[in-house]
Amino acid sequence: MEERALRTLIDQVRAGTLSRRRFVKVMVGLGLTAPMAAQMLASTGVAQAQTKWTFSPTKRGGGGLVKTLWWQAPTLLNPHFATGTKDQDASRIFYEPLGAYDPDGNIVPMLAAEVPSQQNGQVAKDGMSVTWRLRKNVVWHDGKPFTADDVVFNWEYVTDPATAAVSSGNYRDIARIDKLDSHTVKLVFKSPTPFWSSPFCGPYGMIIPKHLFQAYKGDKSREAPNNLKPVGTGPFRFADFKPGDIVRAELNPNYHVPNRPFFDAIEMKGGGDAISAARAVIQTGEFDYAWNIQVEDEILKRMEQGGKGRADIVAGGNIEHIQLNNTDPWTEVEGERSSIKTRHPFLTDPAVRQALNLLVDRGSVQEQIYGRTGIATANFVNAPSRFVSKNTRWEFNVDRANQLLDGAGWKRGSDGIRAKDGKKLRLVYQTSINALRQKTQQVVKQACAKAGIDVELKSVTANVYFSSDPANPDTYSHFYTDIQMYTTTMVEPDPQRFLDQFTSWEIASKENKWQGRNISRWRNEEYDRAWKAAEAEMDPVKRAALLVKTNDLVIQNIVVVPVVFRPRVAAISSRMRDVAQSGWDSDFWALAYWSKQP
Amino acid sequence: MSKYLLRRTLISIPVLVGISAVLFTILALAPGDPFEELATNPNVPAEVRLNLRAKFGLDDPLPVRYARWVTSMVRGDWGFSFVSRVDVDTLILQRLPATLVVLGSALLLAILIAVPIGTYSALRPYSIFDQVATTFAFIGFSLPTFFTGLLFILIFSIYLDWLPFIYRADISASGWRWYWEHVRQSIMPVAVLGLFQASATTRFMRAAVLDVIRLDYVNTARAKGLSERTTLVKHVVRNALIPVVTLVALQIPTIFGGAIVTEQIFRVPGIGSLLISSILANDTPVVMAITFVYSGLVVVSNLAADLLYGWLDPRISYR
Repeated sequence: MEERALRTLIDQVRAGTLSRRRFVKVMVGLGLTAPMAAQMLASTGVAQAQTKWTFSPTKRGGGGLVKTLWWQAPTLLNPHFATGTKDQDASRIFYEPLGAYDPDGNIVPMLAAEVPSQQNGQVAKDGMSVTWRLRKNVVWHDGKPFTADDVVFNWEYVTDPATAAVSSGNYRDIARIDKLDSHTVKLVFKSPTPFWSSPFCGPYGMIIPKHLFQAYKGDKSREAPNNLKPVGTGPFRFADFKPGDIVRAELNPNYHVPNRPFFDAIEMKGGGDAISAARAVIQTGEFDYAWNIQVEDEILKRMEQGGKGRADIVAGGNIEHIQLNNTDPWTEVEGERSSIKTRHPFLTDPAVRQALNLLVDRGSVQEQIYGRTGIATANFVNAPSRFVSKNTRWEFNVDRANQLLDGAGWKRGSDGIRAKDGKKLRLVYQTSINALRQKTQQVVKQACAKAGIDVELKSVTANVYFSSDPANPDTYSHFYTDIQMYTTTMVEPDPQRFLDQFTSWEIASKENKWQGRNISRWRNEEYDRAWKAAEAEMDPVKRAALLVKTNDLVIQNIVVVPVVFRPRVAAISSRMRDVAQSGWDSDFWALAYWSKQP
Repeated sequence: MSKYLLRRTLISIPVLVGISAVLFTILALAPGDPFEELATNPNVPAEVRLNLRAKFGLDDPLPVRYARWVTSMVRGDWGFSFVSRVDVDTLILQRLPATLVVLGSALLLAILIAVPIGTYSALRPYSIFDQVATTFAFIGFSLPTFFTGLLFILIFSIYLDWLPFIYRADISASGWRWYWEHVRQSIMPVAVLGLFQASATTRFMRAAVLDVIRLDYVNTARAKGLSERTTLVKHVVRNALIPVVTLVALQIPTIFGGAIVTEQIFRVPGIGSLLISSILANDTPVVMAITFVYSGLVVVSNLAADLLYGWLDPRISYR
């Protein structure tokens, strides 16, 4: 989709002929994110939508205890050390970022007084800086005031390499932070930064107090007593924490949003498994909320019949996809297979790629395997030349695959397997051990057999497959097979970082200990150029057009075959109100607004 | 006696060292590292993970890491968890009460069930009662705890909706309600573990009583005109308990093993669930500490069984 087409769409939103939500959906379909879409609208002067809550309390408290269940237990409560979403979520009970992302990707001010934009002059036109005005009279749970010094300190703390903060990636583009007054900071970037909300917003943006952590910066970061006893600005303050088991918090009487929160206390219990967590909310009603219910849809539906709770499904950034290897996994060059110096014997033939694309029966995979928890990715697969085009449909067509292969000269042998120039179409298809993935493998294998492609299935235990051990040949990043399948996650609400997995400098190899993110080892100069241009483009619409182009290139060249788009699923008691998951932020992004019917 | 104790204690030192070396090597050879999740997250730069590995000494060669672990262990420093960055001993101490409460009550339940039933079965062998008890005992120890656990949840939580199936260590009630809530949530895990243990112990008790009841001194006691009750309690059961006590002591480590699974099912925040989550997270210091505690437990309970035996049966002496 071209810039002009995008602008036409935005005009339609402004004129009211296209709904905001529909626009966001189209952008997500193009491989962008809701926050980007929201930014595009905001930059062209379409007013930002406000999140609406059904419940407006007249006083703080009175809601009793809200019980939540995470089947992975939180292990620490410092957001900058969070090894998984469980730790980020647990920290979010106590800490807040400057801005959160709502389900449509809008930035909702939390500790900020307002959202910066080019219109209000807080985002520099050249993209070199952004100014955040902080909310006044916010106090930490221990009574000390929250000021600009805390914001500056967080940047210093995170970027100190000795601290080894997991959030450092979000802050690395900041050159310096100027404190303009006690409640205003100006972030100055090293280069033009269109995605200026990466630091201090969303799950990596939570702010910890300077007065309690300044003595524990760098090497001593592990020893900070407040890593386990958080003192934040959030709606609840710390009561008790047992690592790997439970977090308890009680109402913060000085919370900066009037009449919130509704609940007097919150409990986040961890451990166990996803199915029984879903059961405790949906079937028995023992708990009010359970995170990330990775359960087969059929089981969820059966549980929902009781009416005590429901599965809440929102779009996020998870895509289950099949990668086609561009290099030869069966030839060793200088001590590594799948070396960039080789070419795959037949997967480099466009006809074979197209045939494979036609042989993945996404419809059956969705219907029979994933249900509501995995949606066949029509739009993302064949990004349209014009929005909601008929061409966007993915296709499952064995006949056409056969025609394509016949046309390209791949002849069936006596064993029914196609061959050309002595090369047989035999594939090894690897993935991790997971019931849903093995079923998907079967679906693909059967279709391939009908087209004369022999597929050998291989499954590796997840611990090994997703490990980063450079000595183990079975990891996904070694990619020592012809094709492989897994879910890749866009953790940031901006696709730039996510799309670097197709740039030529990210190719995984022995040299970089297979740390490179380009696993399919695809190289394309046009892609590299578009990606680099998007990185510095300040006009959100032009930038979106560039990113859509990168996405198009991947799809047109069939670098990967997306299978299903996996939304986030949570279990919520039917008595809970205003509990909205956001696919772009923590489950607790709007915890202060949760309430429950008596 | 004290000489024997000293010798046994000394022998157990090389045993424990050997166990720890094997454990450490296996854990080091296993795939994965504690910061795995960071590696697959595109948002986290690779340097962060490498920094963390270097900081926690994961890149040093195996013998160096082992030597470091042993020396600090000898000094009483258990190290800290890579995942939660808390000292390991604090973590274990936090989890100990829940495990002890559940295991202790399960053991008590097992004994309360096994001793009377086993004895009564032996007094009337092959009666209907004995047949029924035997059948249940066989069912009991043939079914693994992870199965009975799920079965209990299905029946008592989901169909009948009587009991909660998620164990919470922090209950915000006080007074009688606090006790009541604790009892209610403990019923299922304790019953699962206790019944499993009881079924095996019942069989031991029955066999032991059968052995003793035919002996001459029991006939003598009866001939003296002692009541059946006194004969049974003072002469039969007391002697029959000798082998049973030893067996129960020997089985304590097995119960700990069974508790790992049960704790996971009911989300009891005990040592077993800590072990499982640490293994899944590749948190070596915690896994090492817990497995080491378990192996220490095996060694100690073996020793305790031997000593108990000698104390209960003075005919056995140690040199």
